[in-house]
Amino acid sequence: MVPQEHPLEQLLRSDRMPHIWCPGCGLGTDLGCYLRALSGMDLDKVAFVSGIGCSGRAAGYVAVDSFHVTHGRGIPFAIGLKVANPELTVTVWGGDGDIFAIGGNHFIHAARRNIELNVICINNAIYGMTGGQVAPSTPLRAKTTTTPYGNYEHPFNFSYMAAASGATYVARWTTAHTKELTKSMREALEWKGFSFIEVISMCPTTFGRRNGFADGLEMLKDMKARSEVKNFPDLEDTDIGEKIVVGKFVEKEKRSYLEEVKQWR
Amino acid sequence: MLEFINGDVACAEGAIAAGCRFFGGYPITPSTEIAERMALRLPQVGGAFMQMEDELASIMCVLGASWAGKKAMTATSGPGFSLMQESIGLAAMTETPCVIVDVQRAGPSTGLPTLVAQGDVMQSRFGSHGDYRTIVLAPANAQEMYDLTIRAFNLSERFRTPVIVLSDEVCGHITSGVDLREKVDIENRKKPGSSECLPFKADEDLIPPMAVAGEGYRFHVTGLTHNEKGYPVTSAEVQQALVTRLVDKVEKRKGEIVDAEFFMLDDADMCVIAYGSEAGSAKKAVKMAREKGIKAGLLRPKVLWPLGNFEDYVKDMKKVLVVELNSGQFYSDAKCWNRNTKLLGGYGGELHRPDDILKVMEVF
Repeated sequence: MVPQEHPLEQLLRSDRMPHIWCPGCGLGTDLGCYLRALSGMDLDKVAFVSGIGCSGRAAGYVAVDSFHVTHGRGIPFAIGLKVANPELTVTVWGGDGDIFAIGGNHFIHAARRNIELNVICINNAIYGMTGGQVAPSTPLRAKTTTTPYGNYEHPFNFSYMAAASGATYVARWTTAHTKELTKSMREALEWKGFSFIEVISMCPTTFGRRNGFADGLEMLKDMKARSEVKNFPDLEDTDIGEKIVVGKFVEKEKRSYLEEVKQWR
Repeated sequence: MLEFINGDVACAEGAIAAGCRFFGGYPITPSTEIAERMALRLPQVGGAFMQMEDELASIMCVLGASWAGKKAMTATSGPGFSLMQESIGLAAMTETPCVIVDVQRAGPSTGLPTLVAQGDVMQSRFGSHGDYRTIVLAPANAQEMYDLTIRAFNLSERFRTPVIVLSDEVCGHITSGVDLREKVDIENRKKPGSSECLPFKADEDLIPPMAVAGEGYRFHVTGLTHNEKGYPVTSAEVQQALVTRLVDKVEKRKGEIVDAEFFMLDDADMCVIAYGSEAGSAKKAVKMAREKGIKAGLLRPKVLWPLGNFEDYVKDMKKVLVVELNSGQFYSDAKCWNRNTKLLGGYGGELHRPDDILKVMEVF
C-alpha cells in the first residue's frame, strides 16, 4: 500500500520528525488541534513564537515563520513582530512555567494592552524539560522533584488572571476536548485583540508517575472525567480542583492596541 | 541643520535619520530623554514607539521588530543593560540586527543614577553568556551621539549583529550645537535572492542574507545551536562551525569597523588613551602638557570592541597613560601594547579634571 500524505503534512516540518516529546505527552495532540485550526489561513502571514521548555519546542515543528526565543520572553518578541508588521497573525505558544512564572509580567501587560496576539498556554502543571519541578500551576500536595514532601504553594488560575488583566477572549479546554479546542483556537487566531487559551494537558513522565497515574491515557481519562463545560462562568469558581471547569470564559468587545494607536495619532 | 540639543536627543535624531522605525524601552536615568524623543518623533515618520513593562521586554520587542523587517533600537543604563544581557546573546546567536544604547551611570547596582561612569565597558563586550562578539561604539560628545548612532545602525545591518552605543551620562546630557546632517549614508541588510532560502547559510563575507517574517520563506529561528537551515542540532561540530563564524564575522572584518581619533601623536613620546566623555578632559590635558613642553598626544578609540590594532601607534611610545572612569577595563587590554603603561582610573561620579590628568602626566 502506498502511504498517503498525512493531512497535516504541509503544516509540519516533517524533516524534523520524530519530535522530542515523550509517549503519552499531551503536546502532540494540542499542536495537532492548532494545525487544524490554521488550515485555510494564509500561512505566509502567520508567525509562531515560543520560549523555552517542552512546549517551547513546538516552534521548531510548525512550518510557518517560527521563533524559538529566550525563556519567558515569547510575548514581548511577538509584540515586536506584530507592531512592526500588523499584517502578521502571531501566536505565542508556551508552557505554564514559561508564560506564567518567568514570563508572567509580560503576559499581564500584553493582556492589559489588548494587543493582537494569540497566546496558548499548555498547562501540564510541571516543569517537564528539566525533569519535573514544581510549577506555578502545580496542585497543592502534588509530588514533584522540588516538592518531595508535597507542594505547599497555592497554584495560579491562569484563565482568571488573563481575564482580570484585560484579555478579551479567554477559553480553557483539556487535551481531551480536541474538537472544542480546535474551534477555540481558530476563534483566537481570528480575534482582534488579546486572546488566551489555556490547555490543561498531561505530562505522564514527570508529573503522572509521581502522582499515581500509570500513563498518559489514564491522565487523559481522568481530566476528561473531571471536566465540566460551562461557558462564561463566574471566574472565581474556575480554580482547578476536583472539577476542571472548561469552556469559553470571556468574549468581549474592546478596542485593540493597534486600533487605539490609530485612534490617538 | 544645526540644532541646540543634548546628546540623548541627538542619539534619537540619529536613529531616525538612520532609518530606525521601532523603539521599545523602559525609562531609566540618564537615558530617558532618548525614549521621550523617540515617542515624539517615531509617529511622525510612520514608526512605532512602545514603552514596555521592563528591559527584558524592551530588548525582546526590538528583536521581534527586527525580524519583522524594521530597524529597531532600545536605550537604557547600567541596571537595564544588565537585564538585557540574556537576550543580547539571543540577538548574537540569531544574527538579529539591533541597536542598544547604554548611557552609563555609576554602579555597581543602583549606584549614582544621575552621575557619569564608564563601568560597563567589559559588560558591553562580554555581558551575555557564551562566546560571541558585539560591536561597541563610544561617542564622546553630542555630535557623536548623532553620528555614531547612525553608524551603529549601518554596522548592525551589515554584520547582522547587535551593536551597542556605549555612551555615558555626560555625553547624554551635554547640550551643544549638533549638525543634523542633510545627507546620511544608510545601509540595509542583505535580502535572500531566491525562494529557496537557507536562512543561516553565510555568503563569502560570513553574513547570511536575512529573510523576515511574512515574506513566505517560512523559516525557523532559534537560540539553540543550529545548522544553516536554522534547525537545532546538538553537536560539537555544528557548535564549532557556528560560533567560529559568529566570532570571525566581526574579528576578521574588524578593519571595516575600527575607528579612532589620533591627536598630536606624530611626534609624541607620551600617548594618552581615553574614550567617551573622559576624552574631552584628556584632550585638554594633552594641550596643557604641550604648553609645558611634554610631547604628549591622544589616542581616542571611537570603537572599543572589536579591539583595534592600536599596538603600532603605541608600542614605540616612552609612556602610555590610559584614562578611564572604571578600574581599568580598557587598560587591561591596552597595557599589552607597551610595557610602560599606567592607568588613571576611577569609579565615576565626576569626570577626571584636565589638571588632575596633567599632574599624573608630569610625574609619569
